[in-house]
Amino acid sequence: MTIKTTLGERLDKQAPLVFILPSVIIILFFSIFPLIVSLFIALSRLKFVKGGVELKFIGFLNFKKLIFGSQQYHLLGTFDQLTPIGYIIISLFTLIIFVWFIRYFKSQKISITGSIGRIVVSGGMFFILLLTLINLTTPKGLPGTLVVTLVYVFIGVLVQFLVGLGLALLCVKKIRGRSFFRTVFFIPMMITPVGIAYLFRMLTDMSKGPFAPIVTWFGFEESSWEVIPWGARTAVMIGDAWQWIPFMFIVLIAGLESLPTEQKEAALMDGAGGWQIFRDITWPTLLPVSVTIILIRLIEAFKIIDLPNVMTNGGPGIATESLSLHSYFNWRTMDLSGSAAVGYLLLIVAVFICVSFVNLLKNKIELAHR
Amino acid sequence: MRNINNLLSRSIALIIGTVFFIVPSVYSKKYDGVTVNILTMEAPQIKGPMVKRAPDFKKLTGANINVIGVPFSDIYPKMESDFATGTNSVDAAVFAPQWMVDFIEPGYFEDLTPRVKSDSALEWDDVGYFFRSFSSTYGGKIYTIPLDGDFHMIYYRSDLLNAAGISPPKTWEEYIYIASRFHGQDMNGDGKPDYGSCISKKRNAQAYWMILSIVGGHLQTKGTGEGIFFDTKTMKPLVNNAAFSRAFDIYKETTKYAPPNEINLDVGDTRGLWTSGRCALTMDWGDIGTLSIEKGSKVKGKTGTSILPGSRLVLDRNSGKLVSCNQARCPYAINGVNHAPFAAFGGWSGAINVSADSKVKDAAYDFFSYMAQANQSNKDVTVGITGMNPYRISQFENINNWTSAGFSKASAENYLGAIKASLDSPNMILDLRIPKNQRYQQVVLDTEVHRFISGEITKEEAMQRIEDGWEEITEEMGRDTQLSAYRKTLGY
Repeated sequence: MTIKTTLGERLDKQAPLVFILPSVIIILFFSIFPLIVSLFIALSRLKFVKGGVELKFIGFLNFKKLIFGSQQYHLLGTFDQLTPIGYIIISLFTLIIFVWFIRYFKSQKISITGSIGRIVVSGGMFFILLLTLINLTTPKGLPGTLVVTLVYVFIGVLVQFLVGLGLALLCVKKIRGRSFFRTVFFIPMMITPVGIAYLFRMLTDMSKGPFAPIVTWFGFEESSWEVIPWGARTAVMIGDAWQWIPFMFIVLIAGLESLPTEQKEAALMDGAGGWQIFRDITWPTLLPVSVTIILIRLIEAFKIIDLPNVMTNGGPGIATESLSLHSYFNWRTMDLSGSAAVGYLLLIVAVFICVSFVNLLKNKIELAHR
Repeated sequence: MRNINNLLSRSIALIIGTVFFIVPSVYSKKYDGVTVNILTMEAPQIKGPMVKRAPDFKKLTGANINVIGVPFSDIYPKMESDFATGTNSVDAAVFAPQWMVDFIEPGYFEDLTPRVKSDSALEWDDVGYFFRSFSSTYGGKIYTIPLDGDFHMIYYRSDLLNAAGISPPKTWEEYIYIASRFHGQDMNGDGKPDYGSCISKKRNAQAYWMILSIVGGHLQTKGTGEGIFFDTKTMKPLVNNAAFSRAFDIYKETTKYAPPNEINLDVGDTRGLWTSGRCALTMDWGDIGTLSIEKGSKVKGKTGTSILPGSRLVLDRNSGKLVSCNQARCPYAINGVNHAPFAAFGGWSGAINVSADSKVKDAAYDFFSYMAQANQSNKDVTVGITGMNPYRISQFENINNWTSAGFSKASAENYLGAIKASLDSPNMILDLRIPKNQRYQQVVLDTEVHRFISGEITKEEAMQRIEDGWEEITEEMGRDTQLSAYRKTLGY
């Protein structure tokens, strides 16, 4: 028996293709195609010549220069002998990884992909921790743009999340002027990052800025925190936090307000304290939304460029230069291949951290859902 | 009657038609409807006077001058990418003439020789020889019109030094002594302690020439042809030696007597500090002299100018060590001090994109010529905010031009004398003008000097890194090509 299909039905069958194809083509053109081209540029030496550009394929030379060659100090920092504290931290980390693997292999859920994933995650984390320790805890060690970016990402996002959560917990309570504060907290998110960078550049200027009289009163007139590496990095992170805390706040307060009140009321009736309620009821329910916003911020934070560029120009030295700024400086000096190589390394690191973050917390989120 | 009426009406129509045809052609201008896009630095300097004079030029010629400003460090890449890719959104550029080789060799710049030769209003022979040759000419052809004359010099508070009975610094050791002597004193009467020295040291700005000005007197002794950047036989960088080591020490030492955020100060910041009376000494181009007489300046009549300090110890290029000056080693020394004034940057100059429309090229040339002509230029060089410093011979000779701008006769003579002494010095240092000089200086030198001054690396590491970085570029570009270009710029 054959079923006759009408023209309309046949057209309906083609509809998904017709509607989706343009989007797919646009995405391919604007996203995938540049990604492939920039990979080719990263593997080439690009030179401007009359009439366009000259591309010469050089393999991994740009990456070699960044990881092992003359630009190693810029990307990976300056190395020194690990201190005893560094050895202790690395040993502890190795022990934790070892225990993690034993627990995994003892479990009944072993798989090839799971094993490979864990090896990649632990290997990557080991490298990042070792590099951070070598750069930051050794006498002659200096962070390169990779570790500086990781500092912005981990410390910055952690502070933004904690402050955002604190503010959300405060504002979810029915205190006087709640609406006003919600609006005020939202303002920084609406300002362009360059505007924030200029604002903080003025605020951190201790000779002419608004805090200059206070600093002078305390007797610190002859000081400038933008010439001290950690002072400059802190200034950048404060500016970044000021902009992004409202994002955390807005999403978390929405999460808090959507929580069912019955569990809380029952816990209160049973005599549970505030901390107990937060730990056992609020936090597990808030975990999925927390993971989502942290992931979004992690991805964004890896791309930080406006603040260090405007506030400190990447200085003092290269102390505040992020990977994005490193890539931009290379681009500005017409080293487009070097710039593409840094961009690709940034992509690899960001994908690794974000995928690891999601996978490591996947089980906890599933547990929270149950 | 009807015929007469017809004749009359036809005559009226003819007259009206003639008037309508002739009047616009009489009042139409040479470049009506032509727009010239000129790329330069986004700042009150250089861009400011062009923007200010553009309406007058439009009244004269009808051309629209559209000045596009970008940060200093973006000028070179914008020009290169625009010209090379054939975008040609930039019709002309006002930029650092030392970069011209990178744009002339691929054929991006218009040869201006015939236009200059036939332009009597420009008075080309009145432009100082150095600016006509080094800043404008390449391979015997003229490619840029100078709008500015640049030399690094030292500025000192003449009132303070006179009161203390101290002479202006002749050596860098004296510079440091004076800086230390006045550092912490209130020099502008606001009750706050001020600074001994203010030198721009910001990264990604215009600060990387400063270290070269310090090292110059230690490194070049036998005249301009000796050069300070590379060995003229091997193209080996002259950076990993005792002269640079000493220069790094001096550079760091000056920071002790400076504002706490000096390493992040651009020239605009140090100029502001100078005119507000907060510094006893500074090193800068000619701008400070004219800024100090402007309204609001607290150092009008208190600003002295001197050629760059020199050194009694100079580099023996064979041993790599510093040795004392003598007649044979330092033939141009004055009282045993080897001075080497540095023509840093070379002065902002205008060039024209060869691919621009011919009418646009004509308008661009006429605009540069208009800006450089004595009527405009003589006024602009006396105004501090223009960023333009004297480069015409007549500007050095006509003191009245300066006294009418607000200088006293003595201070004008002092200011112009210092520039002229730099310009006339047989031991003047030429800036680097080989292919990719921007990468040698603005990328490698700038980054490592800033890392050193920030305390990230030692002077030994900085010198090694600059040497390695320069060698890498030389190898990439071809040692022989670079050596040949370097020798040519020095007159070999």
